[in-house]
Amino acid sequence: MAWVWAVLVGASVLFGAVNGRMGEVSRAAMEGAGAAVELAVGMAGAICLWSGVMELMGRCGLADRLAGLFRPLLRRLLPRASRDGETLSAVSANLSANLLGLGNAATPLGIRAARRMARGCDGTASDELCRLVVLNTASIQLLPTTVASLRAACGSAAPFDILPAVWVTSLLSVTAGLLAARLLGRVRGR
Amino acid sequence: MTVALTSFVVPCLLAGLAAYALFKEVDVYGALTAGAAEGLTVVLRILPALIALLTAVYMFRASGAMDALTALLAPALQWLGIPPETAPILLVRPLSGSGALAAAGDVMGRYGPDSYVGRVAAVMMGSTETTFYTVAVYFGAAGIRRTRYTIPAALAADLTGFVAAAVTVRLFFGQ
Repeated sequence: MAWVWAVLVGASVLFGAVNGRMGEVSRAAMEGAGAAVELAVGMAGAICLWSGVMELMGRCGLADRLAGLFRPLLRRLLPRASRDGETLSAVSANLSANLLGLGNAATPLGIRAARRMARGCDGTASDELCRLVVLNTASIQLLPTTVASLRAACGSAAPFDILPAVWVTSLLSVTAGLLAARLLGRVRGR
Repeated sequence: MTVALTSFVVPCLLAGLAAYALFKEVDVYGALTAGAAEGLTVVLRILPALIALLTAVYMFRASGAMDALTALLAPALQWLGIPPETAPILLVRPLSGSGALAAAGDVMGRYGPDSYVGRVAAVMMGSTETTFYTVAVYFGAAGIRRTRYTIPAALAADLTGFVAAAVTVRLFFGQ
């Protein structure tokens, strides 16, 4: 990110000088910082509310029930890892936490599963480990609360009206990721 | 139709969850406030990044560099069916979550959260992850050095998500 920031600012100076818009660029720097605070304050209430709701879902045991639903699916997706009961329960808890948007809970669970799956791999990712990471990089979330909070902060009339579109899109991207993993795994071999 | 249905989701979820939690004898109020306190730390954590990134994004836009970049990428994005206005989100999304959030906030502020472009930006954010960060965290923790095809596969998922976001928003909301 250090590079991204430096390139953005460097390009701004370059283009600002060439286009003769240095005054605007200079003003924009201050405006941007102010806008960030406005945005964060505008989102804060909604983010806190949804963190509370997610916490409640976790404490109600909803995450555990979802995890139970995933087991049959995971047995097919990760057949070798599923033979180890503890790995299977960590992966299904990881997926259900992702689905509920509990990012803080999902990552440690996923890491626990990944560590168990990596044993004896000698630093090379197995096909199933690749699949687990692809599952985690393709966000599958029932309620995308952060982006809904952002929309609310920007004055959207119905911040959650994007739900169906998000679900269909997530499903397509996860499927594409898994398909790509399978294809690349075949082509490249071990 | 979708608008009418989705407006039911949040209120019913809140009420249903409260009822279920009471039935399960979970401390509803305690859980909500504990979670909200955790939400505050999330906001505090992303605020410094938002300040740094929105400053850079605003400067980038004011200098005219954003227009040049959008124009440069427009043919490829249009061929894929992606609105070129979302170009900054696509570029930053796999690298930084807060950076993409800043870019999406900028797009929504400029075109409106309920515009076609604003909705596409939101769906892109809601259906993709910070790919490089996730890969680094998982493989770092598991002690994996050779990641094989994980990154290309994950980026294929991201690209599909970007293209699909443009398509699904058009399907559900028209353009």
